[in-house]
Amino acid sequence: MKKENVIEANQLTKTFGDFTAVNAISFEVKKGEIFGFLGANGAGKTTAMKMLIGISKPSSGTAKVAGFDVYSQTESIKKNIGYMSQKFALYDDLTVKENITFFGGIYGLSRKKIKEKRTQLISELGLENISNKLVGSLPLGWKQKLSFSVSLLHEPKIVFLDEPTGGVDPITRRHFWEMIYKAAHQGTTIFVTTHYMDEAEYCDRVSIMVEGKIEALDTPKKLKEQFKVESMNDVFLKLARNIE
Amino acid sequence: MKRFIGFIKKEFYHIFRDKRSLFILFGMPIAQILLFGFAITNEINNVDIAILDHSKDATTEEIINKISASKYFTIKQIIVREADIEAAFKKGKIKAVLNFEKDFSKNLIKEKKATIQIITDATDPNTANSITNYINAILQNYQQSKNKGIQIDYQIVPQTRMVYNPELKGVFMFVPGVMTIILMLVSAMMTSISITREKELGTMEILLVSPLKPFQVIIGKVVPYIFLSVVNASVIVLLSIFIFKMPVVGSLFLLGAESVLFIITSLALGILISTIAETQQAAMMISLMGLMLPVILLSGFIFPVSSMPIPLQIISNIIPAKWFIIIIKGIMLKGVGVTYVWKETVILIGMTLFFIGLSVKKYKIRLE
Repeated sequence: MKKENVIEANQLTKTFGDFTAVNAISFEVKKGEIFGFLGANGAGKTTAMKMLIGISKPSSGTAKVAGFDVYSQTESIKKNIGYMSQKFALYDDLTVKENITFFGGIYGLSRKKIKEKRTQLISELGLENISNKLVGSLPLGWKQKLSFSVSLLHEPKIVFLDEPTGGVDPITRRHFWEMIYKAAHQGTTIFVTTHYMDEAEYCDRVSIMVEGKIEALDTPKKLKEQFKVESMNDVFLKLARNIE
Repeated sequence: MKRFIGFIKKEFYHIFRDKRSLFILFGMPIAQILLFGFAITNEINNVDIAILDHSKDATTEEIINKISASKYFTIKQIIVREADIEAAFKKGKIKAVLNFEKDFSKNLIKEKKATIQIITDATDPNTANSITNYINAILQNYQQSKNKGIQIDYQIVPQTRMVYNPELKGVFMFVPGVMTIILMLVSAMMTSISITREKELGTMEILLVSPLKPFQVIIGKVVPYIFLSVVNASVIVLLSIFIFKMPVVGSLFLLGAESVLFIITSLALGILISTIAETQQAAMMISLMGLMLPVILLSGFIFPVSSMPIPLQIISNIIPAKWFIIIIKGIMLKGVGVTYVWKETVILIGMTLFFIGLSVKKYKIRLE
């Protein structure tokens, strides 16, 4: 069964002056896939992602996200994607409920829909007792889960997660990945950047970026075979060494 | 529109849940206006002075009586020798000495000219200045009452004339300045801080990825501050009318319209600052150093522009607050209409458009 592509990038490039942050990357992501976007800090992951979510204009190349062009249809892209940054950006001085209402509101959900979603989300996360507490008082792990749920609020086709597990303990990370699986199972495409190589094993397919280029792209299993190593960590190290 | 209302609601949550910004928003204006009105003032009251009267004739006696009858001065000491003047000052109590020349009355009639030396303690130049002005005013008054119906005009003092604020009420001069500072502070500093806070927290990124357009985000951040600034301006005007009995002679409508214009100018500046600054602290520093200091020092609020060195006078022209102070002083104290302040208004509008244009440009560069 061939699934449709929800992200298609072709020779996508971003330069800042003389510096090429993203160098002609091409890849596709299929519907419902968990796509890992790996690379060391400064490899160009975030820049590439910013082009896909419509807040940075590519220097050259083409890309379509959810069927819309990244040059001319960023408004439509924005309506169809969710985004969670590495800062789990919620408003600390707003309560759990208020945060959900606010983010639902800026995505244009109706009041009734927001209420329905809010109740559902709070019960799923088990936040009933603290739904009127300020988000600033919650532990990091809860903020992270809440932030992810908020990014799914408007039922986007694709969710972009920018290093979503930074600074979170291993158990919470596991829980978090369970949430990701659940969302993917329901048909949401997950585009996730990370530099935790163990997380790469959870992805359907991964791409590894080194110095602005995609140096490897396949399922974790095939990549390990190709490089004849035991873990994704070794794949990554081998790739990085070859480049040097 | 519904998205927009949600956005503004959230903005008010931020403001009302942050004690610091609440204090700056509502505590500062009231504290400042009361402080300037009551404590920091150019007015003088019951200043101790000493008299050295070399002629001791009818005229000098009249003048001395007139001075001691005013509530501004208390005659604490009568000095008999020039040599004692310094001793009187050194004790610190005496702020001024009036030295009448010999044969005061005679000179006045014969030569139509007599001299009083006003010696003031200039360790506090502002007070010294005020004392001189007040004494001059009293002398002037005395002359006028003497000259009534008589053609000959004998001169004692140079012409000084205080118009528009004949009682020399300091607070009347301060109200326009304080209002300018508060509006600048609330509009420019608070908005720049609140926008950079979103940047710092990373929520700005989330907002930009949402279907909200960048200009909607900015307008959503700015609207609550327009509202709060208008409230502040009204509080200041009401305080000055009801507590300090300041007569606002001009049109309140014009005053309101010009204030809104200046609020928008300041907001544009705030937005511009937020496109430059990455952190709240940087935004605050830029606002304080780049906006507040020039406003206090160069806008004519405390130091008159006309007495500045030429280079500073030229620089003062690029400070929006200078033009706003001219406008509201005109409206509040002189009661002038739009025909008198249209030039300043046009300058302010021009500056506002320039700042908005510049920040739009900067903002776009950032997005690319």
